[in-house]
Amino acid sequence: MIQTCVIALGVMAVATFLTRVLPFVALSKFKHHPTLLFIGKNLPGAAMLLLVMYALKGTEFNEVPYGLHELLSVGVVIGLHVWQRNSLLSIGVGTACYVYLIQSQWLVRIWTSCM
Amino acid sequence: MFLEAFKLTLPVLFGYLPLGMAFGLLFQNLDVPWWLASLTSLFVYAGAAQFLAIGLLAAQATPIELFVATFLINLRHIFFGFSFLKRYTFSWLPKGYLIFGLTDETYSVLTAHHPKQPEKDKYLCLWVTALNHSYWVLGSTLGALLGSTFALNTQGFEFTLVALFAVLTLEQAYALKEPFPFWVALGCGCIALLVAPQHMLLIALTLALGIFILTARYHKETSS
Repeated sequence: MIQTCVIALGVMAVATFLTRVLPFVALSKFKHHPTLLFIGKNLPGAAMLLLVMYALKGTEFNEVPYGLHELLSVGVVIGLHVWQRNSLLSIGVGTACYVYLIQSQWLVRIWTSCM
Repeated sequence: MFLEAFKLTLPVLFGYLPLGMAFGLLFQNLDVPWWLASLTSLFVYAGAAQFLAIGLLAAQATPIELFVATFLINLRHIFFGFSFLKRYTFSWLPKGYLIFGLTDETYSVLTAHHPKQPEKDKYLCLWVTALNHSYWVLGSTLGALLGSTFALNTQGFEFTLVALFAVLTLEQAYALKEPFPFWVALGCGCIALLVAPQHMLLIALTLALGIFILTARYHKETSS
């Protein structure tokens, strides 16, 4: 099993590095091309929003509490950040909010006791 | 520079530690020594692909299957290089390491922070990349060593990564001062979620790249 794992590790390391190095190998001659500069400028913003959507895509909206854990916590992060613009504060408080909600299942208990 | 990088990567630490620990813990199901989990995280350094590999290895997948699966799941990283073509102009060793370490989170932190002086930028890029890498290896090692005896409940801590992406989306919006890329992302993201949620990121990024290529000319004309 150790040998299998070491081979697997090597294969995966090469495959991963390939995906990361390809644009640098293929596009290095065109790094001053206006289209590439436009992409380089706009892609991070688009990618960041897509990463938020990707990270939240497992959210269950069809059962109690209907994605409220995630929506409330993201709301806290955005609200705090627009207000104070302190990254660590927004991320720290938002995560604390999510950890509390998900570990205490507070909303679920309230929901079920009201029904 | 180290302290600045540490502060910028603190949210990644709180995301990578529990995720890395989950990986190390699951990796032990393969009945292998603990250091294999550390080595995998050290040399592969790709979260989703590593989790996928546990299942594939348990099912005795061939190296070719592992290669194809890893390549496809990491294909989204191809898009990340676009933002660093002009920025990563260091000698091959630091450049090679920076490219190796270009994960979703490192990309996010570095595209949001770009010191103007090249020398300062180089060390910030290197520290951010190395710190993130070390958090991932540390988490995996802890998870593999401590195994299921570890009692601390870290459920929910992975939300730091969602929060990090949300904060950096806002920071990108403040920096760009135009809603265009965000509308593109929202549209492409929704289409990809409807078509194939499993490959959402790859499909959405491909669509977004296509739209940016098609509209680049138009934007250049209107801005000049």
